[in-house]
Amino acid sequence: MTGTRPLISCRGLTKVYRMGDQEVRALDGVDLDIHEGEFVAIMGPSGSGKSSLMNLIGALDRPTSGEMWINGRALSEMSRDELADLRNETLGFVFQQFNLLARQDAFQNVRLPLRYARKEAGDIDARAKECLELVGLGTRMDHRPMQLSGGQQQRVAIARALSNRPRILLADEPTGALDTKTTAEIMHLMQELNRQGITIVVITHETEVAGYAKRQIHFRDGKIEIDTAHTDLKRASGDH
Amino acid sequence: MKVGVAVTSAAEALFSNPMRSLLTMLGIIIGVASVMVMMSIGEGAKAQIEAQISSVGTNVLSMQPGSMNRGGRNQGGGSARPFNEADVSAIAEQPYVESVTGTLSGQGVNAVSEETNWVTSIQGATAEYFEVNNWPAVEGREFTQQEVQGGAAVALLGKTTATSLFPSGDAVGQRIRVNGVPIEIIGILEAKGQSGGGGMGRDRDDMILAPLSMVRNRITGGNRWVSRHVSNIQVLVQDGYDVMEAQDELATLMRERRRVEPGAQDNFSVINFADMIKQRAAVAENMSMLLAFTAAVSLIVGGVGVMNIMLVSVTERTREIGLRMAIGARGADILLQFLVEAVVLCTLGGLIGMAIGWGGVYAYAQIAQAPMLVSPVIVATALGAAASVGLIFGFFPARRAAQLDPIQALRYD
Repeated sequence: MTGTRPLISCRGLTKVYRMGDQEVRALDGVDLDIHEGEFVAIMGPSGSGKSSLMNLIGALDRPTSGEMWINGRALSEMSRDELADLRNETLGFVFQQFNLLARQDAFQNVRLPLRYARKEAGDIDARAKECLELVGLGTRMDHRPMQLSGGQQQRVAIARALSNRPRILLADEPTGALDTKTTAEIMHLMQELNRQGITIVVITHETEVAGYAKRQIHFRDGKIEIDTAHTDLKRASGDH
Repeated sequence: MKVGVAVTSAAEALFSNPMRSLLTMLGIIIGVASVMVMMSIGEGAKAQIEAQISSVGTNVLSMQPGSMNRGGRNQGGGSARPFNEADVSAIAEQPYVESVTGTLSGQGVNAVSEETNWVTSIQGATAEYFEVNNWPAVEGREFTQQEVQGGAAVALLGKTTATSLFPSGDAVGQRIRVNGVPIEIIGILEAKGQSGGGGMGRDRDDMILAPLSMVRNRITGGNRWVSRHVSNIQVLVQDGYDVMEAQDELATLMRERRRVEPGAQDNFSVINFADMIKQRAAVAENMSMLLAFTAAVSLIVGGVGVMNIMLVSVTERTREIGLRMAIGARGADILLQFLVEAVVLCTLGGLIGMAIGWGGVYAYAQIAQAPMLVSPVIVATALGAAASVGLIFGFFPARRAAQLDPIQALRYD
């Protein structure tokens, strides 16, 4: 994969938060390339900058300095609406707290990104159904989030993230609220999606979860400490 | 499709907190109900005034002796010297006059038919009366110039008088006695209804119309100082002639004829029906304006309430907004969602307000005996006003939602 243009690319990415009088450098000059088809786990203790990186890759936030490109486009040059369209068409989000709409059933939740799609989305209902079947919830489409278990809710969230056929799936602690068995199921699902060609970036602080990924990146104090793309995988694991 | 979806999700959001939604709608409900009542009453008054215009005619001047034309004391009708038939003839010569009639009225006369008796009033008039007042006979015939000159004992009855004296019908050709004078009924006048609005006028169909000279000679009696007197003169102004101008010229003529000193007040008054109707229309207009003001105030107060609740709703649902943005909603999508919610809220309030307003209009129609006028225009205006309030007052909260920062909204708790 190296040699081709990276799908996600960061150069000198810096994010500074102001907390009262103090300045916190959440990200400090990060350079990073992620290529199409990768399955990357971003790890590190809390405050290491991994969530800040995720927000920037997800086009939800803008960096203090530095630049990032998704699919060759510089995010700093894009308008609010263009960023919204990028999130809609190219990215899929999975959150720790699922973030499903409580008043709508699984089917309606999955359909939501398709409703916001600018391009002709085709048969929205059929696509939503297909995605729910893909995550194994074809029989629970009319259940509301309250009627589903944590693992099932996260599957709905994954189905929602997939509905608009994104190229990148961003998952922020997707198993943080789940038990071990469900965690394994969700991560196997992600591996399967990766095999089908979707680039996946997972943020986690659990080594077992990171183990499902092909590449692990460790953050500390806003900088990349270890990137297994450049070092030996065993040595990286040995650090923990 | 997008808007349809927004409407359903808006309705869902509103029904999830029905009590709050209802209280928010209260101002809109009151506002729309008053818009509805206001417009209906306004239209009703307008219709009534138009009916009066067509029944009296706007180019008729009515003149009576004695009361002041403008300002100051009113000596009371008839306290000054009455007019006479020479005045009527002189007026008939004027270029602005199409037709003129002099009348003499007797109140509280006792009319007796073969069937029953009835206290009413009698009006003596010349044959031009029918034309001047646009008041034709619907049965039988009108009396002629010859009958007026000859003092024929004939009469026409108003609709009310006719049915009162002849409950079994067929009054034409019958004889009655008025204060003992035998009179032949030759016709029935067209029904004119009440004069004045609001059920407080007198019944104009309760009267007997007979030739002037006969009434003067045999019923009311003559005047001590003025021979061949008349108590009222009605002038039909020629088409194309300005009524106000005619009114001035008529007054000038009468001042000369009645030898009113320059600078002295008129000892007669000229009433312009068009003017009266205009005044009444102005009163109705003022009433409408007052109600419109009330409606506007309560719609604005209601709108502020809607804005307040929408701001609360935006704050409560900040995370939801953040999520929608994360999965690709543009600012415009969020704006539309909350704008539609405000408009749905107000339109729903508008519908309730309309139901209440309808009840109010119905009650008013019952009490005031006015026609009930609820036109599609009124319904559309009331609903449109409600929806506009939603649009205007929903815009600020919706824009605030649309301008939220995605990551801050997503992290909000």
